[in-house]
Amino acid sequence: MTHRTEVDRRVLVDIYRRMALIQRSDERFRAVIKAGKIVAPYYSPRGQECIPAAVSVNLSDEDYVCTIYRGIHDMLAKGVPSKLLWAEIAGKATGTCKGKGGPMHITHPASGVMVTTGIVGSSMPIANGLALAAQIRGEKRVAVAYFGDGASNIGAFHESLNMAAVWKLPVVFVCQNNGYGEHTRYDIATSARRVSDRAAAYQMPGVTVDGNDPLAVYEAARAAIIRARDGDGPTLIEAMTFRFQGHVFGDADAYMAPGEKEAAMARDPVPRLRAWLVEGGVADSELAALEAAIEREIDEAVAFALDSPLPDVAELRRDVFAEELVA
Amino acid sequence: MNQARSNKVNTIQAVNMALDEAMALDPNVILLGEDIADEQEGGIVGVTKGLSAKHGKARVRSTPISEQAIVGAAIGAAMVGMRPVAEIMLMNFTTVAMDMIVNHAAKLRFMSGGQTQVPITIRTMTGAGFGTGGQHADYLEAWFAHTAGIKVVAPSSPAEAYGLMLSCIFDDDPCLFIENMPSYWNPGEAPVPGQRIPLGKARIVREGADVTLIAYSRILQDCAQVAERLAKEGIAVELVDLRTIAPLDEATLLQSVGKTRRAVVVHEAVRPFGVGAEIAAMLHERLFGRLKAPVQRVGAPHCPVPFSKPLEQAFLPQPSVIEAAIRQALA
Repeated sequence: MTHRTEVDRRVLVDIYRRMALIQRSDERFRAVIKAGKIVAPYYSPRGQECIPAAVSVNLSDEDYVCTIYRGIHDMLAKGVPSKLLWAEIAGKATGTCKGKGGPMHITHPASGVMVTTGIVGSSMPIANGLALAAQIRGEKRVAVAYFGDGASNIGAFHESLNMAAVWKLPVVFVCQNNGYGEHTRYDIATSARRVSDRAAAYQMPGVTVDGNDPLAVYEAARAAIIRARDGDGPTLIEAMTFRFQGHVFGDADAYMAPGEKEAAMARDPVPRLRAWLVEGGVADSELAALEAAIEREIDEAVAFALDSPLPDVAELRRDVFAEELVA
Repeated sequence: MNQARSNKVNTIQAVNMALDEAMALDPNVILLGEDIADEQEGGIVGVTKGLSAKHGKARVRSTPISEQAIVGAAIGAAMVGMRPVAEIMLMNFTTVAMDMIVNHAAKLRFMSGGQTQVPITIRTMTGAGFGTGGQHADYLEAWFAHTAGIKVVAPSSPAEAYGLMLSCIFDDDPCLFIENMPSYWNPGEAPVPGQRIPLGKARIVREGADVTLIAYSRILQDCAQVAERLAKEGIAVELVDLRTIAPLDEATLLQSVGKTRRAVVVHEAVRPFGVGAEIAAMLHERLFGRLKAPVQRVGAPHCPVPFSKPLEQAFLPQPSVIEAAIRQALA
């Protein structure tokens, strides 16, 4: 990690807080699902915490995010309340989406999380639309679209980058390149040395950064967001990372090279940032207090989710259209 | 031009009037689509002609040929309060945007527990009769009607197109608006300015006691002529224009068929697994004991839209076939 002093210590601690929240929430999700208390498909973002944490400190609630099924890190980093997130994953009436969306469709407009999609590549066309509305209205909002390296091979990626560039939309495309699209390694599926190389084809800036380096992600995101707000158009950021829990929770990871995951886990971004902060003079007690607050937040969220009521079956008739369907 | 002629408009003009009026009423109405701005001639048949000049290129945008990006942009803008009208030039081209339409536009309200909504209108045109063959003339309305969360609207005349288009634009849910291409230039009564036609409500075009004839889009005009001809024989056909295919106005259909106790459903789309099948099944379920004859279905044979003229003519349900189906229902 490069030492640069221009980023305020408070910003770095804020990034760490978001990362620690994601890391601990993920650990708890896996434990609770493993214990059978919640039954849900779960795509762990463990290992990718740094990316949305360092992007989101540059955003406000007014800014939009569209993310994907591996997305609880993006949601928590953007500020979706833990209680509502947990209740949704538990399929409860008190969840963000009244239990009607589930883990792959978390939505929370109050914190700017407008869409979570289960379809590879589909966060991007919709982020363009959010950005288009901001552009037409003369607002300064920015839309961030998160997606994986696998999504850079689907048509929606290319259509979206082209449209965003030709219209100079205030959108930032953030590719979380974790090396695998489902079970297939990047180089087997992708004819591009780097995903960011594809930006050149659409005449937009494309940068690749170490997705585990909070300063690198922060700086790249900041530049892209300023550029978008100033009306200068989109940027493609590729943040290199790794998923510690495979594609879907319970994955055997047999398609990975021996030792690959272990090597990545040895570079775990969360304890690394913590150690670096302490080394840089942040009091250990300050971070410990922050971690204790996170544990309490998660304890409360788990209890809230497990104790909340299940949705009424009448919900099947609601929200299909604005008007409730006739029973 | 005499007075009578000047009161007629065609569907191209009627849709243009509706779009113009909606844009003038509400700054949130924007248009997206291939070639729709005046620099690109206002659409390939000119439906959007003059609108970019009047309302600006920021609101009337010619897009890349990128159907996923077009519908996606419309969805995103709609979620934050705009009312985009996205043109997918031909109905067959909706197939390359199905993810955006089916997985997103139709489902985001439900999946978000009602926190977001997608008030978009997707305008598209189609129809056999122009020799455009298998990929430019398909009737895919049943696919969309089968999808929960999207409304499917198919006007049968210029005035209907005007009133239904305004309702689609200002509806809070996604609407697929199907324009029939071969009848685009047919003149019809001018719409009453500002008069919207409610969605989800069928119209009794002509009353009759003997048999209910149910249709939508262009072929409704053929049905009206058949009904007129049969009236001379003393057969009283009640003609119903669905207007909105989904959600289906079951109440009006049940009321009409409950009275006539016989029904024929007509569409240009292929017959198997179609809109007619759904309506026939619904009528049989609800009125089984009261029906005097099985509900008849008229539609195209189960093959792609063909090119060569005699094949295309044989594909399209002809008035003689509609008439034969009515006689079958009355037998």
